Amino acid sequence: MSYAEDAERQAGHEPKSFWTKYVWSQDHKVIAIQYSLTAIFVGLIALILSGLMRMQLGFPGVLGIDPQEYYQYMTMHGMIMVIYLLTALFLGGFGNYLIPLMVGARDMVFPFVNMLSYWVYLLSVLILVASFFVPGGPTGAGWTLYPPQAISQGTPGTEWGIILMLVSLVVFIVAATMGGLNYVTTVLQARTHGMTLMRMPLSVWGIFVATILALLAFPALFVSGVMMLFDKTIGTSFFMPEMMSLGVQQSHSGGSPILFQHLFWFFGHPEVYIVALPAFGIVSDIISVHARRNIFGYKMMVWAIVAIGGLSFVVWAHHMFVSGMNPYFGFFFATTTLIIAVPTALKVYNWTLTLWHGDIHFTVPMLFALGFILTFLVGGLTGLFLGNVIVDIPLSDTYFVVAHFHMVMGVAPILVIFGAIYHWYPKITGRMLNDRIGKLHFWITFLGTYLIYFPMHYLGIQGIPRRYFSFEGLEFIPQSAYTLNQFITVVALFVGVSQVLFIYNLFRSLKKGLPATNNPWKAASLEWQTPDTPPQHGNWGPMLPVVYRWAYDYSVPGVVEDFITQTTASDSVGIKPNILGDQS
Amino acid sequence: MTDHVINNTDTRETSWQQVVENDAAHARTGLRVLLTTLSSLFFLFIVAFMSRSQFTDYQSLTAAWQPLAKPWALWVNSVLLAFASIAFQWARRSARKNQSNQSIEGFIIAGVFSFAFLVGQLSVWQQLASMGYLIAGNPANSFFYLLTGLHALHLFFGLVGWVITCRGIWRAIPFKRTRVRIELCATYWHFLLAVWLVLFALLTSPPETFEAFASLCGLR
Amino acid sequence: MVVAMIIAMLVITSLIFHFLNPWEPTTLASNWGSIDTTLTITFLVCGIFFVAVMAFLVYCLVRYRHREGQTAHYQPENKKLEGWLIAITSIGICAMLAPGLIVYGQFVTPPANVMKIEVVGQQWMWMFRLPGKDGLLGKTSVNYINQKNPFGINPNDPNGQDDLLIDSNELYLPLDQPTTFLLRSIDVLHNFYVPQLRAKMDLVPGIVSSFWATPTLKGRYEILCAELCGVGHYNMRGHLVVVSRDDFQAWLSEQSTFATKLTGDTSDGLVDQGRQLTQNRGCKACHSVDGSQSLGPGWKGLYGKTEVLSDGSNIKVNDAYLKESIINPSAKIVRGYPEVMVAYDFSDEQISAITAYIQSLRIENGTAQQSELPLNNGSSPPR
Repeated sequence: MSYAEDAERQAGHEPKSFWTKYVWSQDHKVIAIQYSLTAIFVGLIALILSGLMRMQLGFPGVLGIDPQEYYQYMTMHGMIMVIYLLTALFLGGFGNYLIPLMVGARDMVFPFVNMLSYWVYLLSVLILVASFFVPGGPTGAGWTLYPPQAISQGTPGTEWGIILMLVSLVVFIVAATMGGLNYVTTVLQARTHGMTLMRMPLSVWGIFVATILALLAFPALFVSGVMMLFDKTIGTSFFMPEMMSLGVQQSHSGGSPILFQHLFWFFGHPEVYIVALPAFGIVSDIISVHARRNIFGYKMMVWAIVAIGGLSFVVWAHHMFVSGMNPYFGFFFATTTLIIAVPTALKVYNWTLTLWHGDIHFTVPMLFALGFILTFLVGGLTGLFLGNVIVDIPLSDTYFVVAHFHMVMGVAPILVIFGAIYHWYPKITGRMLNDRIGKLHFWITFLGTYLIYFPMHYLGIQGIPRRYFSFEGLEFIPQSAYTLNQFITVVALFVGVSQVLFIYNLFRSLKKGLPATNNPWKAASLEWQTPDTPPQHGNWGPMLPVVYRWAYDYSVPGVVEDFITQTTASDSVGIKPNILGDQS
Repeated sequence: MTDHVINNTDTRETSWQQVVENDAAHARTGLRVLLTTLSSLFFLFIVAFMSRSQFTDYQSLTAAWQPLAKPWALWVNSVLLAFASIAFQWARRSARKNQSNQSIEGFIIAGVFSFAFLVGQLSVWQQLASMGYLIAGNPANSFFYLLTGLHALHLFFGLVGWVITCRGIWRAIPFKRTRVRIELCATYWHFLLAVWLVLFALLTSPPETFEAFASLCGLR
Repeated sequence: MVVAMIIAMLVITSLIFHFLNPWEPTTLASNWGSIDTTLTITFLVCGIFFVAVMAFLVYCLVRYRHREGQTAHYQPENKKLEGWLIAITSIGICAMLAPGLIVYGQFVTPPANVMKIEVVGQQWMWMFRLPGKDGLLGKTSVNYINQKNPFGINPNDPNGQDDLLIDSNELYLPLDQPTTFLLRSIDVLHNFYVPQLRAKMDLVPGIVSSFWATPTLKGRYEILCAELCGVGHYNMRGHLVVVSRDDFQAWLSEQSTFATKLTGDTSDGLVDQGRQLTQNRGCKACHSVDGSQSLGPGWKGLYGKTEVLSDGSNIKVNDAYLKESIINPSAKIVRGYPEVMVAYDFSDEQISAITAYIQSLRIENGTAQQSELPLNNGSSPPR
């Protein structure tokens, strides 16, 4: 609201000091980088935790990890990766950077709120990390935080860890809401001339719909978090039933643990798509640019994103098929879950059909996009196993689930993040990332993660339960399974350590990378048409760009160049308007 | 408030008028998005409430011998909040007609009524607590405190915005900008009144209503 | 080309791996072969989709890789093609969903002749209850739980008097008898999981959940917990033994009823009280009594032993040390064990009972025996 005041004084003053330019910045690009670096930093903590867990699973006892620590690592790894890395990076990082540039805005519509969003997010991260240092350590309740276990004796971190976790989540939700208001309003209100909704790149569509999901779904986590906090701190019984705890009767009575699960998954399932939809959008853009071909079936892709977003609110209980809820819910939720596979499959088809008749350049972003298609296909198909209620019953709570969700919302989105960073790094920094290191990084990450998670499904088929500190003494597990666990651990550690390549590339190229032109990939979408690279404060110089077409005019017949930028008017290249209408 | 924010309008046609209008449009949309999120929040709390009320240990606060059987204090508070909303509506209408004085009067009266509502809610809390209905006593109590508290918290944040606007009025910033804020406050207050009416109806309705709702939603 | 070849190799290797890998499902021991069939159908449908999409991808990567002078075709969409793809996908989905829902229909409707047994979960052990001659289980509540009544059966409910209580981790079931497992937890969430049965379900405190299965293969199977239930989750194990009807009856006749447990045998010795207590309070989840590895120090042969503490000092295990370790577990940690135990609030009598029980697990002449100690004024019958 405040900046009308500035308009009176002729808007557009550059921030002068270091502090206003890089720290208390209201520029969406700086905030995006702040968000991304923070997210990557906590992500690295979570990566180290996963290495520690893998050591215990592959080589039990070598590091002297005890069960309490194992469950704490497991919980923090899961929560950090899902919320503080993936959600924050896709929405706060990519959303912030790409939305204004892709829709032709000078900034987010509420820059001050945007800045606040980052600082509140940082606060939530600090609260979370603080839980490593409180008495009792962080919570070990599993990232699902199911009561009563999460707040009763016998679980690690019930003194302070769980309280800090819940407070951190509540604070994160406030941050995400402030960011979300910006993204949605900017897309709705600050598009430049000619940028109709159906001309927006799919990246924007993915982030836009994901943000709407976040705004509607995060309240469910808020509700369950606040109610559990009350149960823990002032002894209410929202979720706590009449129960014993380690032989002592508790004062709680009558609460419903399953109610928590419903609320949690009403958030938790859309959360999967909050991560997946931006990845879908971004990968569509990468494939289109590097295959020099329009995205196949743009309208269908948009509708698929919207349909997946809508359906994601009516599938949540497929996480609860063996939770003891009314078993007849199983029929409904299995059906809705398998229906959601149709628009999702369509997206996979359209990505491959975009490659079909294309002119495929195997650049590093393209490699990551291809890796994503394979990984996501495996993860999506195994999702059909778990969504079909009867097949889920033997597989739930086994390593099949672990392998499935790591494929579909661990590896697949991370591959997209890498691809996207290789793709947009030239715009962000003005320099190219090193190609050879990039390719090496891709092959290690892609093949390595496939070697980790593909065989892991079969441990689950065998029935090996997840969230086990040790399998010692279990007779139904053959020796070969232990060998496989060792193999997975070795590969996982190798892949984990080799991410140093990426970090090294990121920092080395800042100084030594080849200078990038304004549009090194010859892309048509708006963010590559800025007058400066990296874009200056205000993005567009004196004049806002005018958009004449969609973002996918590649290899249009009769045009010399193999792409037409969105800012090119039809009469200047002498071609017909594209199918989506060219009403400028 | 800072010197490095750029407005989102093409400078070719940036007139002062245009910026304020765009600004207002953005703020209106932003507020609507926020209200959608808050609707989701209150809706989910209410669903949790409904569902939890169907367990055997739930003792409704509305039974004949219970404190909410005759909730006259809540009626008074509701009237206060309704007056606040009406005053805001009046302020908004006057603002649209550019009658700045009436508008500001309405705006300030609305804030006073809202403060009175908060004080009223607090006294209901105190009353309940003094009668021994503490938050952890029964899920009905827990939800009563939680829902009214959450609503009051939102109203409180609204009042923070109200105070900021009042400061602006005190400093005599151009009415065109105050007008936008008055309109936003009015929308926000209408929303909170609507939420309150729903909560009020739920919190004071007999357990049978809950049963009916719950069975309608398949929760029973 | 290299990219296409590697992806093709990956797909082929995955297929070969699928057929040749040694990690098969466990041997089926229940009627739920139909679940395995649905799994096979799902594998088949998904496998076909996987190979088809990947083959097309590899083809595109080879055929349309960038070469000099090549340009892409401009084709924004092809509604007909997309329509066909949606149709084919929907057929595949139905092929998986329809059989799945049919089998699930059987899963949620137990047959009329089921035998009902109750599984009780507690951090971190299993207990079981079978109806007596009346075929009915007595009502329960957490409020009734005490040392004599670990199941929390309503002592005034006539149906509960003849309930057979099995407070060990081992359950026997007769072959070919459809059985409904009524699941009850007295603390946190658990999940009753026997890989060979295929079916599993959560135990939720406050409600009774259930599922049914018919054991079809004699044998001894492991019971696992499949819902994270705290630090001892991975150690919450038991055994399901499927035997012939006759053997089952013989086993049943050895079990004692609620009535006898409640009334009989009131003069339990200290050792027995200690055993009961440690059973009820879940101590055995972390402290083995047979000398096996466990989360905390095993109790067999513990009393009188000299332990090395985490700070390097030595201590002889005696009454005082045991008492301190129960009331304030983190004060002295034995080297090599994690600091995970919570403080227990036992009375002095209870502590002396537990100490007596631990003392009774001394090793004498190289073999463990529950010796007749002076403290032990009532010898415990062998199970």
